[in-house]
Amino acid sequence: MCICCFSKVKMPVLCSSCAKKRAVLKRPKTGHSLCKDCFFWAFEEEVHRTIMAAKLFKPGETVGIAASGGKDSTVLAHVMKLLNERYSYGLELMLISVDEGITGYRDDSLETVKRNQEQYELPLKIVSYEELYGWTMDAIVKQVGLKNNCTFCGVFRRQALDRGAIILKVDKICTGHNADDVAETVLMNVLRGDIARLRRCTAISTASEGEGVVPRCKPLKYAYEKEIVLYAYFKKLDYFSTECIYSPNAYRGYARTFLKDLESIRPSSIMDVIHSGENLSVREGVKMPVQGTCSRCGYISSQALCKSCVLLEGLNRGLPKLGIGKHHRLHDKILSQQPLTEKEERKLKAVDF
Amino acid sequence: MAAPVGVHLEFGGGAELLFNGVKEHQVTLPSQSDPWDMKQLLVWIRRNLLKERPELFVQGDTVRPGILVLINDADWELMGELEYQLEDQDNIVFISTLHGG
Ligand SMILES: [Zn+2]
Ligand SMILES: [Zn+2]
Ligand SMILES: [Zn+2]
Repeated sequence: MCICCFSKVKMPVLCSSCAKKRAVLKRPKTGHSLCKDCFFWAFEEEVHRTIMAAKLFKPGETVGIAASGGKDSTVLAHVMKLLNERYSYGLELMLISVDEGITGYRDDSLETVKRNQEQYELPLKIVSYEELYGWTMDAIVKQVGLKNNCTFCGVFRRQALDRGAIILKVDKICTGHNADDVAETVLMNVLRGDIARLRRCTAISTASEGEGVVPRCKPLKYAYEKEIVLYAYFKKLDYFSTECIYSPNAYRGYARTFLKDLESIRPSSIMDVIHSGENLSVREGVKMPVQGTCSRCGYISSQALCKSCVLLEGLNRGLPKLGIGKHHRLHDKILSQQPLTEKEERKLKAVDF
Repeated sequence: MAAPVGVHLEFGGGAELLFNGVKEHQVTLPSQSDPWDMKQLLVWIRRNLLKERPELFVQGDTVRPGILVLINDADWELMGELEYQLEDQDNIVFISTLHGG
């Protein structure tokens, strides 16, 4: 309501950067009101600065963009392509997608990635659980039931990108993790008391940790989810949104809601949590788990066998409970291909979970 | 009495799943003594359009944190949020940021 004429005149807010055009959003990070073009520019330049400050890439590298068809990876692919051209990074970019083999779930998102491939003129490689592990998620669910399948889904997904990247000979993988994701992970690791992960999770990039692992980085680490979604919306980027039909992680869901609630009161909360994570130091003498490698596939693992090799062994032997719960003492037996005792078999076979 | 207002509603980013998967809705808000504002619109949506799990869309008298609202293609934080008074032919977009990236 305008106080001088008492009519319903709505004054458009002007862009605080160019002072010419109508502002379309209030940035959560800075509180600035920006018009579409000034927002695009600010968003892209911030990602560029993040990339430069952390020296994420070297000219000539082949970089795989983890593409799920979702908002984060779609914005990442778009911005990486754009910055690679604008600033001549000299990178060979490609999209890598993982197909878990869940009927109906990936179909639409993979279609989205295929369209992205054409829109951004980037080569796309889809690696499937079937070709990586010999099992689709649908087949796994048939064997283990619906209660524990997310253990498989999560563990296999973590390694799928690495295994795929090695087949494709990429030098680095970049993922669409945004500021909200990183803050959420900091929180989760505090809640779990996982000091080792807490120390690692804020890192913007990881060096290769063994032969089975490809270095990873997160160019959107400081980008707020709100801005990513609005960037995609205003640019009319083509993305897909859905929930994993095989049970979402309830605990993580609460952490996410908690952060969103905090953010709605004070938008800087997200960045504050990240900074807390970055600045934590661990007292000397605190025992850290020794990082070893899996003796079967070479992936980082604190046990003789990595989690996905144990899960696979269980699936292939018809003992699906093998990887669920702690059965470390069986690793040696599995590795030396000794038969399990009847009692051990019985314990691991029961599908009453 | 204010005349009925016709508004175009759009749900995206996964929020449409709470509305039977329907993304776009052209609705007419009945005439009432006071002008319609966003706060009343949310009550109306909850009563007339929401199909399931209302707690995933509204919280208290506002939208659940993590759902972005655009009024005529501008962030509602620039438009007075709940107090914004609706006009005929307004376009309101709700985008969930809570679904997989
Ligand atoms: Zn501007
Ligand atoms: Zn899952
Ligand atoms: Zn392994």
